[in-house]
Amino acid sequence: MTADRPKESLRDAYGATLVELGENDPKLVVLDADLSGSTRTVVFGKKFPDRFFNVGVMEPTMMTIAAGLALGGRTVFASTFAVFAAGQAYNAVRQSVGYNRANVKIVATHGGLLVGGDGGTHQIVEDIGLMRGLPGMTVIVPADAPTTRAAVRAVADRDGPAYVRLTRENLPTVTDGAFRLGTAPELRSGSDLTIVAVGALLARALDVADELARVGLSVRVLDFASVKPFDEAALLRAARETGAILVLEEHSVLTGVGALVASTTSESYPVPVRRVGVPDVFGESGEPWALLDRYGMSAERIRDEAWELLRARGKVQ
Amino acid sequence: MVEDVPADRLASLEATAREIRREVIRMTCAAGGGHPGGSLSVTDLLTALVFHELRIDPADPARPERDRLVLSKGHAAPALYAALALRGYFPRSELATLRRLGSRLQGHVDRRKLPCIEASTGCLGQGIGMAVGMALDARLAGRANRVYAVLGDGECQAGPTWEALMAGGHYRLGNLVVILDRNGLETDGPTEAIMGIEPIADKFRAFRYHTVEIDGHDFRQILGAFAEARRTTDGPTAIVARTVKGKGVSFMEGQHSWHGKAPSKAEAARALEELGVPPEGTPP
Ligand SMILES: Cc1ncc(C[n+]2csc(CCOP(=O)(O)OP(=O)(O)O)c2C)c(N)n1
Repeated sequence: MTADRPKESLRDAYGATLVELGENDPKLVVLDADLSGSTRTVVFGKKFPDRFFNVGVMEPTMMTIAAGLALGGRTVFASTFAVFAAGQAYNAVRQSVGYNRANVKIVATHGGLLVGGDGGTHQIVEDIGLMRGLPGMTVIVPADAPTTRAAVRAVADRDGPAYVRLTRENLPTVTDGAFRLGTAPELRSGSDLTIVAVGALLARALDVADELARVGLSVRVLDFASVKPFDEAALLRAARETGAILVLEEHSVLTGVGALVASTTSESYPVPVRRVGVPDVFGESGEPWALLDRYGMSAERIRDEAWELLRARGKVQ
Repeated sequence: MVEDVPADRLASLEATAREIRREVIRMTCAAGGGHPGGSLSVTDLLTALVFHELRIDPADPARPERDRLVLSKGHAAPALYAALALRGYFPRSELATLRRLGSRLQGHVDRRKLPCIEASTGCLGQGIGMAVGMALDARLAGRANRVYAVLGDGECQAGPTWEALMAGGHYRLGNLVVILDRNGLETDGPTEAIMGIEPIADKFRAFRYHTVEIDGHDFRQILGAFAEARRTTDGPTAIVARTVKGKGVSFMEGQHSWHGKAPSKAEAARALEELGVPPEGTPP
């Protein structure tokens, strides 16, 4: 069970990586919008006060300032909660960052329902859709701290805009942190079914795959942290070799990774695809993990969907 | 501008505010989250609104002629919930459900869940615009109701706040009152260190608001400002209320670290003692 593994804060991993990047690149600057304690950019701010701008509660303008700094040739990181980075600031990200191809790395914390008590106003479930719809935007949804560290380095190394979505909750380490843009590592091999997962639900995918393995079913698990660019070859191989795909994401099923997987396979290699994620509703306040269960992402639901696909494939009765 | 308030009325408002502060501590402690600092700074202002100024009726919460209150700094929800429960809008026992799954008491105020929440807020900078829309609606409909919007000083850094304020001034909304909880702090520290908003009263004036500056913990000044706003009919009024974040709890006062952190059980007990609740085990 992944629940037994050590958990780590993705946000702490981000803050620490920022400091390392700042040590190596004296031109790197970081912006935040009055949430630096929560996003952990405060760690960079303490170390490099001259290169840290906490602009206050002005997310759209933070993005435009970030773009201006980047157009001067800098690597710029800008952080706030996902609902403000992708939601509040959407058009500034679209025009000033995206259209300008400005070298701004948006690292957004508190994505999805796992925000918990703050409630539906703060639980953005449509940010992956918004960001992957932007031409030229790199989009990454890490499942654990090692992938966060690697992803933050990867976006810093590559010129152009990027969006990294982090989770507020500490998550168990489930990857080896060998993240590469545009690749979907196979964390479990298998031939009866593929589970594609991102973020906090990758751990649940592994648990279900291991559970099914114990009854002789072979389930492949792909870590889809690199949402854009995504690993089309691995996805179509999975469709061909396993014949059915279950997608897990803590995001609206309308516009997220499930939609990406379904549309890609239906064009190139149609197989049954089922999407587990947030239905077409806003979230609400609650204990973070209870919210995942309440909104259709429980381990039980994932198991049921997997059995459904295995039955359709004739792998079980 | 100081209102001549009868002593018993004053005492009653002060007692109510103290009760609301106690509930803020109990609720955030039980929830293990929430925003005590900004709830305690705005408590006296909300008390004055809900228990004195607003023409509202818990028995008829949807009456079209009711005054509207928009808590633009929606994270101060615990203070407004406590005020509304004490005013009779819903059972006080429900306060203990703050931020729980299925509760009507969302982390940020939600109009779909509770009566007397006129607008769901939580994303700073949007409450004033909704208040402007409500004030325009009242004017168009020929209703005499008034609209009160409460905003935070960190929230004054947000551009949409000023766009909406500009609209309120432009449309000369005499039925609109904007109340600033000027506690000097936001999440990460002092507003003036992070992104200064001063001279804030001059900014409101420049945006065509009749502007008054008061001590936001002095009920006579608060009620005086409300009365002055009622007399101001040719345009909107802005009340700059100087407050203390965490007011009433010594270890929270003036500390930005209490912006979004719940007190532990021990801390809550200390806070409640300061707010007049005898420590457990004290003989009556
Ligand atoms: C648009 C937006 N950005 C960020 C936040 C997160 N946030 C919640 S409260 C807060 C600080 C607000 O400061 P202030 O308005 O002074 O509130 P107060 O001190 O009165 O609690 C921040 C940044 C938010 N709710 N909305």
